Amino acid sequence: MADPLITLENLSVDYGARHALQNVSGIFHEGSLTAIAGPNGSGKSTLLKTLAGVIRPTSGKVVFTRKGKRAVAYLPQVSHMQRDFPISVEEMAMTGFYPIIGESAGVGNKRRLLVSKALHEVGLSGYEKRSIGELSGGEFQRALFARVIVQDAPIILLDEPFTAVDAETTSRLIRLLLKWHNGGRTVICVLHDLLMIKKYFPESMVLQGKCLGIGHTHNLFEQKLLSFDLDMAELQSAREASNHKHEHSHDA
Amino acid sequence: MTLEALFIEPFEQFAFLRRALVACIILSVGGAPIGFFMNQRRMALVSDAMSHAILPGVAIAFLISGLSVWSLTIGGLAAGILIALFSVFLIRYTEIKEDAVFTLLFLLSLTSGIVLLSLKGSNIDLMHMLFGDILAIDNDALIFIASVAVVTLFSLACIYRGLVLDCFDPDFLSASGRGKLTRPVFFVLFVVNLVAAFQALGTLMALGLILLPAIASNFWTRQVNAAIILSIVIAIVSSYVGLLLSYHTNTPSGPMVVLICAAFCLCSVLLGRRGSFLVYARGRVQGN
Repeated sequence: MADPLITLENLSVDYGARHALQNVSGIFHEGSLTAIAGPNGSGKSTLLKTLAGVIRPTSGKVVFTRKGKRAVAYLPQVSHMQRDFPISVEEMAMTGFYPIIGESAGVGNKRRLLVSKALHEVGLSGYEKRSIGELSGGEFQRALFARVIVQDAPIILLDEPFTAVDAETTSRLIRLLLKWHNGGRTVICVLHDLLMIKKYFPESMVLQGKCLGIGHTHNLFEQKLLSFDLDMAELQSAREASNHKHEHSHDA
Repeated sequence: MTLEALFIEPFEQFAFLRRALVACIILSVGGAPIGFFMNQRRMALVSDAMSHAILPGVAIAFLISGLSVWSLTIGGLAAGILIALFSVFLIRYTEIKEDAVFTLLFLLSLTSGIVLLSLKGSNIDLMHMLFGDILAIDNDALIFIASVAVVTLFSLACIYRGLVLDCFDPDFLSASGRGKLTRPVFFVLFVVNLVAAFQALGTLMALGLILLPAIASNFWTRQVNAAIILSIVIAIVSSYVGLLLSYHTNTPSGPMVVLICAAFCLCSVLLGRRGSFLVYARGRVQGN
């Protein structure tokens, strides 16, 4: 198996009095393609934000084996963005350079070419000058993927990239995701669609405040931690069952 | 009456009117870009509350050392920053709702400021603090306003990319590992500009030149650079038209300038090229 790239050690995150994540531990290996699953409010986005460095853990830590400014490309949840901000598609893709070049350095022709290639790759050629406010949900998500391409990072974190996206865009973005995976990048993706998880994501992590399971997706399905007939209530009882197991093992 | 007499002569004739115009133009250049970002960050209401938050500070400064520009500035800055930190504290550690915090702090600062002023000052001083006196602006105040504009433009250039990112994708900015200073620098710039505008327009209207042109410009263009420049232009034109009208109609100058800004803003909301009522109405007609 590949080397561990990101190690979570007893990670906990609180928002005020509310525990979003409690004692989450686990390893993401280099070059892995991992889905993070779990019901709403289970801490999926919180985990991704912590990995991206947007929020700091209350306790525990995230250890990266490789470091550097351009190590992580983060695609936030679309609902956290202000879609009516007056900026063009090209400019938004260009913000992918910000972590590297900061405030003062020029973008330059070489980087402009990279942006135009990235937009071409997601099928947005000809959209360069459009305002992001004019894009459909699918087109906006494509533009965000173009920014991820521009960032050219070894670790890619995606927060619900397929929400409110049309079928054609989804298949195009999935192809891109698999291309990143085949190119040796480490991809961690929050998503709801179990069918998609089963089909495309070799690894998964199931969250519900705590980490219910992490590992091969098919194993998690076998253990019923991921299951098509589990709704949220059942996931809850699954969690309690696993807690009981832990308690018993402590007793023993 | 010739056109020159109507549009230019008042400024040729009266030094106080020229100074007022210069003050307003400089305020527009620094303040309107700040207003653009405040508006984009959905902080119009917050900035309203903040514009009153400086009052207790300038009141205390006035009690200690009278109407000196520099002490009023220090008092206003200190009060603005303290009240902002206090609001963050309340939001983070209590269950009070965010807009309720701003209502509370807005009324708290306005009333405490007025009570403090009445301890020593006259009604004229109070009026000066609340509405400013743009026709009586002195050299110190002009120099201060100009310095603020220079520092503002320079600092904005230094944090510009981060600021744009923070407006439409704040999580990405946080994840970038850069721009840690973007938010604090912008906030200090905002308070400094409020204090500068306060010298001319008082606490009640300080926001007029900062925020209203920025709100208006958003209805005409969807490009950041164009919107910022347009905000500045609207602010400058409003200043000129407002001062001129106040001269010819013998009405108070500061309120007239802000009134013209508000008129610009309202016309833009109703008739602008993007997202205005006119666009909506046309869409309805075509839809049917």
